[in-house]
Amino acid sequence: MIPLLSLENVTKSFGGLIAVNDVSFRVEEGGIVGIIGPNGAGKTTVFNLVTGNYAPDNGDILFRGTSLVGRKPHEIVSLGVARTFQSIRLFPSLPVLENVLAGRHCRMNAGLIASMFHSPAQRREERAAVERAVRELEFVGLTDFLEDRAGNLSYGNRRLLEIARALASDPALIILDEPAGSMNQPETAVLVRLVRAVRDRGITVMLIEHDMGLVMQVCEKLIVLEYGVKIADGPPDAVRSDPRVIEAYLGQDD
Amino acid sequence: MKRVRFPEGAKIPAVAVLIMIAALLPQVLNQYWIAVCVSVGLGALLSLSLNVILGQAGIFNMGHAAFYAVGAYVTAVLNTRLQIPVLWLLPAAGAAAGLCALLVARPIIHLRGDYLLIVTIGIVEIVRIALINDVGGLTGGANGIFGIARPEIFGVRIRRDIQFYYLIWGAVGLTVLLFSRLNRSRVGRALSCIKEDDIAAEGCGIDVARCKLLAFVLGASWAGMAGTLFAARMTIISPGSFTFWDSVLLFAAVILGGGSQAGVILGAFLVFGLPEIFRDFASARMLIFGLALMVMMVIRPQGILPPGSRRYDTGFLSRRERAAGDGRT
Repeated sequence: MIPLLSLENVTKSFGGLIAVNDVSFRVEEGGIVGIIGPNGAGKTTVFNLVTGNYAPDNGDILFRGTSLVGRKPHEIVSLGVARTFQSIRLFPSLPVLENVLAGRHCRMNAGLIASMFHSPAQRREERAAVERAVRELEFVGLTDFLEDRAGNLSYGNRRLLEIARALASDPALIILDEPAGSMNQPETAVLVRLVRAVRDRGITVMLIEHDMGLVMQVCEKLIVLEYGVKIADGPPDAVRSDPRVIEAYLGQDD
Repeated sequence: MKRVRFPEGAKIPAVAVLIMIAALLPQVLNQYWIAVCVSVGLGALLSLSLNVILGQAGIFNMGHAAFYAVGAYVTAVLNTRLQIPVLWLLPAAGAAAGLCALLVARPIIHLRGDYLLIVTIGIVEIVRIALINDVGGLTGGANGIFGIARPEIFGVRIRRDIQFYYLIWGAVGLTVLLFSRLNRSRVGRALSCIKEDDIAAEGCGIDVARCKLLAFVLGASWAGMAGTLFAARMTIISPGSFTFWDSVLLFAAVILGGGSQAGVILGAFLVFGLPEIFRDFASARMLIFGLALMVMMVIRPQGILPPGSRRYDTGFLSRRERAAGDGRT
């Protein structure tokens, strides 16, 4: 079976620094996959390569057998890969509802003329998009803030809104870059439930996270990077007992 | 619960009053002020078209007069040589200006604001100099083109300023209607997102380059059609009407107005109408104008009337909650 996502010998360097060095891994459909590793291990670079923000120097990235290399980020979103950003990137002055509608944009068809004349098809599509956006906000629990500006939300809620925006684009794979970053305990608990609920919708989740408790709790598979090289991958228990991983990462904590 | 909203409900009476005033205004104004209002109307039309590019998409275009010129010259050339009725040339002028915008903007649309600004300044100069140099022997050089026919609507020949007043302000009204609908659509929303954070917009699935190009071409072709109306009113056009300075004034009208349609029309009044009111102080006019712009940028940098947020009918939510017998607020 063709894997959902596969990286094949992907290399990316910035000047003299090799951020990602000959990394290969596969992500099968369904489940929650974590990418972990010390700071500067190249985790976010891997995400940016998958989402089209960077182009790899070498190697190939396949999504359901289609190469993502050379595609623009918005094309990759319409293929079914949605993302959130490490430093939250919402549209702060726009209402919460419109932030989610932005994620719906790539599934809508109304062109310039239909939009200027509000054709019946355009109205139908718009109504359906608003309903869908509201459903996604219900899913993440932000219905009470529909008309608030995104910039006025609490930090944790902004993270949730970013996830709702990503979900609105009907992804098969959702990539979360440090979703629990700067979240407090109760917020993290909400996030854990949400990530599982996303998986239960049949959407594969890939996440970068520093909170090892959270990673071990939710992830079904882990990929470990160090200095841009993959040093281990497998189920959390196996990775936890891998001596290279303990040395590189977990060992530092204990 | 304040979720149920009736879109545009409260605005209707206010708009009706404004239309009434606009319709009755020429009856109380003298010839001179009607002529001023016609010029302001053209300025408003152009500012609205620039607003799509600058106000909505956030693309710094300081060469808008170039597209106005293309529309006016296409109209003038086709009308004087082939005797095609002026108003029939509206689509041709719009298409020509839009095509020029497409060719010019395609390679530069991804540039950052300040670089784009410089390129657009270059464009308006290139167009003006090309017109002076009589490209293809069509533009009549520095003297321009004479004898453009008057427009005709339903057999009525539009000749007097009071008739142009209704024609041009009618066009402004139609533009406001269409552009406000555009704003309340997928495309308008995408432009707002791009203006706010283009990387986030691209990252959540919006084709940023395409949307920006769409806004640029639409704004330019609208300016081209405004050029048709200008040519029809003046009957003589020359390169002197389409300078960098005219582009700057349009830019100022949009920035001053703040990006909402009402604001932009107000901006056009201030930029194109106010100098007429202060004609007695002609020598100090530009000084006052410049000072006013500076004060404005300091005390209200977002412009006089920044755009409000779009309204969405989420009434179905409360209906659904009622149906479910759910008492949550």
